[in-house]
Amino acid sequence: MDVMEKIKQQVEGHPIVLYMKGSPQFPMCGFSSHVAQALQACGADFVHVDVLADPEIRANLPRYANWPTFPQLYINGELVGGCDIVMELYQQGELQKMVQAANSAVS
Amino acid sequence: MKIQAKIEHLLKTGLHLQHLEVINESGGHNVPEGSETHFKLVMVSSEFDNMPLLARHRKVYALLDEVLREGVHALAIHALTGREWRERHGDVPLSPPCLGGG
Repeated sequence: MDVMEKIKQQVEGHPIVLYMKGSPQFPMCGFSSHVAQALQACGADFVHVDVLADPEIRANLPRYANWPTFPQLYINGELVGGCDIVMELYQQGELQKMVQAANSAVS
Repeated sequence: MKIQAKIEHLLKTGLHLQHLEVINESGGHNVPEGSETHFKLVMVSSEFDNMPLLARHRKVYALLDEVLREGVHALAIHALTGREWRERHGDVPLSPPCLGGG
């Protein structure tokens, strides 16, 4: 499968998808770690993709949503942003609302 | 031109800035001494008024496309309006520590 199609399926296949370095349990980058912790603090049900374990995704994800760095958070198939934006939304109380809306829409 | 100077030049010519800080944070990461790979950018501009965060960051990434291709690995971007800057009293969050993932 084409890698762009694979990314599309990933971000559209779950309401909250985090592309990160490492995993929420064993993050390999401080920025990735912050975002995973913020999602956990919001009680988010999310899936993660470790870009260090998938070089093809790592190389091509920046093209997918025109965003050059990691981590990248997607909610309902749309890019929310990287660490700085996610932390800003979290501090404003917006991330909690977005997570709740995305997770409750499925169940 | 050193990367840090280049970043400052690109941002100053691409944005109408009221305030700019470019801080080399590479020292906290898993890279050789003297590296220019990780930067924190604090920018205050009226151009960010009514611009969503995603759009502000995209604008900065677009301006810095060249240095990202030349090996800059991480940018902590704090793109604020004048009002946001005053409300925060000039305070921006600390960047997280490196965890070694490359």
